[in-house]
Amino acid sequence: MRKRRLLKKIVYALITVFFVLVFNYFLFRILPGDVVSMLSRNAKISPEMIENIRAAYGLDLPWYEQFALYLRDLFTGNLGTSFTYKKPVIEVIGGKILPTVVLLGVAEIIAILIGIFFGVVSAWKRGKALDTGLLTTSLLLYSMPVFWFGMILVLIFSATLQLLPTGGMVTPGRLYADSWARMADIGRHMVMPAICMGLAMVGEYAITMRSTMIDVLQEDYITTARAKGFGESYVLRKHALPNAMLPMITIIAINLGLIVGGAIQIETVFSWPGLGNLMYTALNNRDYPLLQGLFLIVTVSVILANVLADLLYELVDPRVKS
Amino acid sequence: MNNIRASLRKREFIEFCSQVYHNKMAFAGTIILFFFILMAVLGPLIVPFDVLDFGAAGDVLQPPSQGHLLGTDDMGRDVLAYLVSGSRVSLLVGSLATALSMVVGTVIGIVAGYSGKAIDNILMRLTDFFLVIPWLPLMMVLAAVLGTSIWNIIIVIGMTSWAGTARVVRAQTLSVREQQFVERTISIGADSRHIMLRHILPNVFPLIFANTILVAAIAITSETTLSFLGLGDPTTASWGMMLHYAFEAGATSQGAYWFFLPPGMCVVAVVLAFTFIGYAFDEILNPKLRQR
Repeated sequence: MRKRRLLKKIVYALITVFFVLVFNYFLFRILPGDVVSMLSRNAKISPEMIENIRAAYGLDLPWYEQFALYLRDLFTGNLGTSFTYKKPVIEVIGGKILPTVVLLGVAEIIAILIGIFFGVVSAWKRGKALDTGLLTTSLLLYSMPVFWFGMILVLIFSATLQLLPTGGMVTPGRLYADSWARMADIGRHMVMPAICMGLAMVGEYAITMRSTMIDVLQEDYITTARAKGFGESYVLRKHALPNAMLPMITIIAINLGLIVGGAIQIETVFSWPGLGNLMYTALNNRDYPLLQGLFLIVTVSVILANVLADLLYELVDPRVKS
Repeated sequence: MNNIRASLRKREFIEFCSQVYHNKMAFAGTIILFFFILMAVLGPLIVPFDVLDFGAAGDVLQPPSQGHLLGTDDMGRDVLAYLVSGSRVSLLVGSLATALSMVVGTVIGIVAGYSGKAIDNILMRLTDFFLVIPWLPLMMVLAAVLGTSIWNIIIVIGMTSWAGTARVVRAQTLSVREQQFVERTISIGADSRHIMLRHILPNVFPLIFANTILVAAIAITSETTLSFLGLGDPTTASWGMMLHYAFEAGATSQGAYWFFLPPGMCVVAVVLAFTFIGYAFDEILNPKLRQR
């Protein structure tokens, strides 16, 4: 039973991935102006040459053969050539993955820690002034456009206080004594984007944590634990928190899509050289092969990460096992 | 019979309204929304000229002063006037996109839940697709491909944000379908369209209403973000476009706070108002969350 459920989830995810591939294929083929029509504006190109180019791109083939070619290219890692970088899309993307992963990793840790803390405290102090304050802060952080929050931080910490650099990952043109100095410089550049991204995510985690915690605190086993005479903080830590943590796994997974959106905004505001910033520049240069490649890679990774989270949840929650 | 049901509904509605009135969050949210709707409706009276028309432009990037209460932007336009016109566009895009999203989500949810079997399966896989893929990249590629116009933005937001609604509407439809009155209507010989419109839709309506609030908040944020990223319609003045111009002009590093703080605050206020109302509804409607 359990195996069947897991298998079903994996099959569904694969279907979704296939949807993405098909969607991606057709979306970028309804674009105004393909390679050929762009070239044919050039008067020096003869009709025969255009035919040759069409053949070279496989545009003279029937649609199903074109689609097969597209799938073959995908599985061999051929995502075309970027207009702006004049390099294979896969290479351009590969070089930008690490900065994004590092930034999001740090931000995620900040968000989870603060979010859990906020949520637990406000569920515990439910209805008191502290709860209202934390809840309002959470809702405020949740409602704020991430990029705008970033702009405010730049205004305060860079433009006014001159404490932190406005953007980028390293100080341009600077030479480093050793790799530690370089790391320190990167760290200094990462403070604002990581905190900004982390705080932007706190709201949702805190609100979720608060409501699950409130649910858990009303369970009979909590009353039992209190009746046994355990202290309030012991009950909170040992009985309530572990049970309230489970839904967080799902929320983190569901949030992955939102986090990707946040990364695009943050990296744009702070010119952090990652995937999000790449997507912004690809968009504004209308670099379609790059945009298509990015969309594909980001989307498929999010889908796969969701499946992983599902599997993890099955492993962690003993109640799902039966 | 109908009269009794109507009066019961009316009593429930009045009770609901009084709960909203007594709930601080719901009350605050309603007041804020009312303020911005008023601002959008009365806009032409407050700003009797086209902001995008540079005829009234003054000096560029001036801090707040007597003549320009919120200063001027990088083109010398009055920020306050821009803000008021922006409210019209932002609220219009937000509400139309929300309406589109609700219609799509409701239709798909009811049809999937009522039909069951293959249709349900196909529609739910489609819903999963829209639920799981990251929204912003999807909106970005769609907007990039369709081109930047205000209608395209509305379509893009509407077509990407219906999945959550479809899910809950389907779940509710499944349970309504099993109730006796639906079975009876089927046995009398009513056709599917009649049942979906007359019997299922009224029963999922409260749910749709609660979801509208959530989607509206998403729609406003999406419009702002898409415009900020350069996908907005340059011929219309929205809060998102303002933030886009402010960022492009380097207002942050120049310390021109009057240019980008007000539009962002407006967006936050509207989204927060929706979030407050949605959150309060959850507390009112979900008995599990009620204080013991």
